[in-house]
Amino acid sequence: MAQNKPMQGPRGRMRGPKPKVKNPGKLLKRLLSYVFKNYKLHSIAVFICIVIGVLASVQGTMFLQTLIDEYISPLIGAENPDFTPLAKAILRVACFYLIGAASAYIQGRLMVLITQGTLKSLRDDMFVHMESLPIKYFDTHAHGDIMSIYTNDIDTLRQMISQSIPQLINSVFTIVSVFYCMVTISVPLTAVSIVMVVVMLFCAKNLAGKSGKYFVKQQKDLGKVNGYIEEMMEGQKVVKVFCHEKKNIDEFNELNNSLFDSANNATKFANVLGPVNAQLGNMSYVLCAIVGGILVSYTGLTVGGLASFLTFNKSFSMPINQVSQQFNSIVMALAGCERVFGLLDEKPEADEGYVTLVRAKKVDGKIVETQERTGMWAWKHEHQADGTVDYIELTGNVVFDDVDFGYNEDKIVLHNVDMYAEPGQKIAFVGSTGAGKTTITNLINRFYDIQDGKIRYDGININKIKKYDLRRSLGIVLQDTHLFTDTIMENIRYGKLDATDEEVIAAAKLANADGFIRHLPDGYNTILTGDGTNLSQGQRQLLAIARAAVADPPVLILDEATSSIDTRTEKIVQTGMDNLMRGRTTFVIAHRLSTVKNSDCIMVLEQGRIIERGTHDQLLEQQGKYYQLYTGNSIKN
Amino acid sequence: MLKTILSNVKEFKKDSIITPLMMIFEVILETIIPLMMASIIDNGVEKGDVNHIFKMGGYMVIAAALSLITGLLGGKYAASASTGLARNLRQTMFEKIQSYSFANIDKYSTAGLITRLTTDVTNVQHAYQMILRMFVRSPATLIFAMAMAFTINSKLACIYLVAVIILSIILGFALTRVAKYFANVFKKYDDLNASVQENISAIRVVKAYVREDHEKSKFRKASDNVYKLFLKAENLTILASPIMQITVYTCVLLISWLGAKMIVQDSMTTGQLMSLLTYCMNILMSLMMLSMIFVMISMSYAGAQRIAEVINETPAIQNPENPDFEIRDGSVEFKDVSFRYDSGENEPVLSDINIKINSGETVGIIGGTGSSKSTLISLISRLYDATGGEVLVGGKNVKKYDLEALRNNVSVVLQKNVLFSGTILENLRWGDENASEEECKEACRLACADEFIEKLPEKYNTFIEQGGTNVSGGQRQRLCIARALLKKPKILILDDSTSAVDTATDAKIREAFATKIPDTTKIIIAQRISSVQHADKIIVMENGKINGFGTHDELVRNNDIYRDVYESQTSGSGDFDENRGEA
Repeated sequence: MAQNKPMQGPRGRMRGPKPKVKNPGKLLKRLLSYVFKNYKLHSIAVFICIVIGVLASVQGTMFLQTLIDEYISPLIGAENPDFTPLAKAILRVACFYLIGAASAYIQGRLMVLITQGTLKSLRDDMFVHMESLPIKYFDTHAHGDIMSIYTNDIDTLRQMISQSIPQLINSVFTIVSVFYCMVTISVPLTAVSIVMVVVMLFCAKNLAGKSGKYFVKQQKDLGKVNGYIEEMMEGQKVVKVFCHEKKNIDEFNELNNSLFDSANNATKFANVLGPVNAQLGNMSYVLCAIVGGILVSYTGLTVGGLASFLTFNKSFSMPINQVSQQFNSIVMALAGCERVFGLLDEKPEADEGYVTLVRAKKVDGKIVETQERTGMWAWKHEHQADGTVDYIELTGNVVFDDVDFGYNEDKIVLHNVDMYAEPGQKIAFVGSTGAGKTTITNLINRFYDIQDGKIRYDGININKIKKYDLRRSLGIVLQDTHLFTDTIMENIRYGKLDATDEEVIAAAKLANADGFIRHLPDGYNTILTGDGTNLSQGQRQLLAIARAAVADPPVLILDEATSSIDTRTEKIVQTGMDNLMRGRTTFVIAHRLSTVKNSDCIMVLEQGRIIERGTHDQLLEQQGKYYQLYTGNSIKN
Repeated sequence: MLKTILSNVKEFKKDSIITPLMMIFEVILETIIPLMMASIIDNGVEKGDVNHIFKMGGYMVIAAALSLITGLLGGKYAASASTGLARNLRQTMFEKIQSYSFANIDKYSTAGLITRLTTDVTNVQHAYQMILRMFVRSPATLIFAMAMAFTINSKLACIYLVAVIILSIILGFALTRVAKYFANVFKKYDDLNASVQENISAIRVVKAYVREDHEKSKFRKASDNVYKLFLKAENLTILASPIMQITVYTCVLLISWLGAKMIVQDSMTTGQLMSLLTYCMNILMSLMMLSMIFVMISMSYAGAQRIAEVINETPAIQNPENPDFEIRDGSVEFKDVSFRYDSGENEPVLSDINIKINSGETVGIIGGTGSSKSTLISLISRLYDATGGEVLVGGKNVKKYDLEALRNNVSVVLQKNVLFSGTILENLRWGDENASEEECKEACRLACADEFIEKLPEKYNTFIEQGGTNVSGGQRQRLCIARALLKKPKILILDDSTSAVDTATDAKIREAFATKIPDTTKIIIAQRISSVQHADKIIVMENGKINGFGTHDELVRNNDIYRDVYESQTSGSGDFDENRGEA
């Protein structure tokens, strides 16, 4: 009879290798309780719908038995056949069918709601949680891997919630109720059916194992081919320059052919499973017919009974096949589920800070909190011991006191860093790659926490400052510029969400970005896509500078902010940069002399230590590392 | 488009024909089996004829066995045909892309090409298998089952005919709308994922500006939008199931009612009634399948189109018919050269270029970003073709040379350079496949790469990760220079290739060039004055035009741009970057 089978989504899906899941039971329970959390009533309703659907469909099959035995056979040969009982029966069954169809529809509607709702809340939860994770998480996980949780893993979960689980429940009920009906009709025939089902399961298991093995290989080969494609497409221009095309083609063909081999085998075995099971089902039918025919002749089995049984026989083997096919996708979905919950279980960024940043004004020489936009900010320091409140003016005084830091506990990359920056000073870091320049800036805004020593901001240990407030007071322009899919206006406004258009344009002018923006077809309303790929590296950096300018923070961190701007343009930007830096404490990492030369203090870093410090002239006089880096000459002993 | 795809079936034509044939056999057998089942009930069970049951059962076993064989063969050939097509498509595309010029590559993004070679091919593979197996099978089932139903009882079979027509109208209507909805939903869904991607890579910006809440609310809004679109599309989709059920049930009941009457009137047997009911499922399920296939095909259609686009692209630069293989010397001359990326529209990227560079000279090029320095040098080895004027190498127009010969003699170290996964030696041998280890080492000495390679634990056998991520920027650049040197070119072009190398090493490399390869023409694009200051001639580029051409001293005297840059970089160097702690 009509199987309660939801339509498969149109997206094709590759079956991957069977992944190992540590605790499938626990995961399934967690997933179900996640679903139930928001959709308890819906789930119960779905469950009821499934039961009704199964019963209605069984009822329909049972009807065939009564149709022939009770309604048709007695009428045969009758002079004036009375069709009213038949009509009544058909009407009754029609009601059952209608209920079945209605419940199928309701179930479908509910399942869509549950599935999409659950996926939406999973996505939201994942994203919200992800935003709360420390930078370390992003630095230690490949971004592609994080992405694949949002795409692949959520997709497999959709499959599982919307199809596998309901179908599993459906199948179990169908099997149980059909089994019950079969037994009531004939026990010996049921035994025959069971034997055939066992044979089917055996074949399915063997074939699935074989195909699984090839699927693993196919997945591996596919990975290799895709990896090769990715690498060569990235380097295609280099390939051309070196006339390496023929060799590439040979290498590619080799990988491509071995993928063909494994894909061919994997697909073959997967294709074969269907016909094998179908024919085993037919064999089962024949066997039951033969045994049944004998039973009809020698025992009390009726013809109608046998006819129904044969139909049941079909609806018995179908769900068993389905369950065995669902099994693989459930295991796969659980592996995805594990990664989804893995992300949700990541520890969020801790924040024990209690010192907050408030708008302030001076009344009689004392700082008080205010709602007005005074342009003055103060740290609100509530002393935990006695409950008194101190206000300290935000000035941008930053002190490093004997700071040690390592990304891993056991590998210290910064040693005994001492440093102080007076408000408004410009501090520069120079040194070779890996010397620890960027690391220092990562510590000021607490992207990472230090192992030992202290960092003080306006005299307050930064561990006591609420991270949000700490970061709000710092403006950062990073080495890699990241822009968002939005208009240029909005991208600059990112620095200060309530900035007016005029403020944004002023900031762009300050950064010398106004000129090129106006030349774009839509000016400030030009929409950037794909991290601003339609702009040059230098233009992107100008936007990032404008973004920092609009934020107007007392402390600025510029990490190679002008590295991709050519020297001539930089000269033009420089005035803007100087305007931006005026009156702010600025930390600059740069390899260009022009950016560093006029700093109040230049720190030369090597292997995590400050080896020289002083002004440009002082350092040149020392004839040390700075001198060597600067002049390109080796130190003369 | 279809022709392009199908022409790639090639050696799997046989498989592609056998598969649907097998499917037809399977369908025929599947149609006959219910007849046998009916006969078992009618002539065997009802009449108590056990022998007949045995006989028919025997036939059924044979039919099932045949059906099994056709099913297995069908499965096998479908697999080889579809995976074979995928292999051929990948191969054709890959080979085609290898023949692309820079202009062609620019047209497609790297990501776009990767998608076409991976996801799109996989989709086409699935669709092709579906077509081979089901596209013939479903209509065949429909027709055969219908035919059988008509031979059993033409009056009752009319019910099916009506049902099929009604159902196909409803499904057709629903599915076209569903397909449209889903295309829309998936686009929005991809956008949502793109914004996640964006957030992951820009997480430092988000956190630095404390914009977590802003991003969260942005995401929630987008995700809510996707959720609603999905609900709309899915709710339409799930209508298919109850509609299908109602149609099947209606047919079953009608046939039971009318069939019962016929049986009573003795114009039909109970067995025939049973068979008719079995065909009901066959007919309507195959209709359902057919509609799904249409959805699948329309989904993979876009992918197939993208693949065909790659295959049918004409390479912008092709080898001349009677090419010259001999390149006399390393002289370069630009005569009235102009260039634009899109012929016709935009402003020219290069214009009025007239330069003569003698063989063995060292020439520096300096200019701001966007002054088209890179474009200028890419015309020399025909990475792009000049749109106007002539580019001469060794006194002959570059278009006359064999491409491979030209590029082997003009070695370019690109600004955006790439190392490939493999050992250092393997990477170096891109320059010359047959280079001995000693030659490779010599090239590395010239490029000052040997000093750091020797310090690596595995030296020249150190494995370079994809994209060269396990060496620093400066090290990567020096390896790329060494690789280019191994070609032993007549002209060597460095496009900002020492930007991450410290000044001292940069000077050493230039020194080595001057003494070890004096006959090679060297063209060096740089940001640093110190990198070009000692060159024989220096070109100053500005907005795609030559602003100045002369020696350092001349330019300092009479070129404003050059003097500006020079003064901003006083004292010989302005870079502190990249000393890599080896000094």
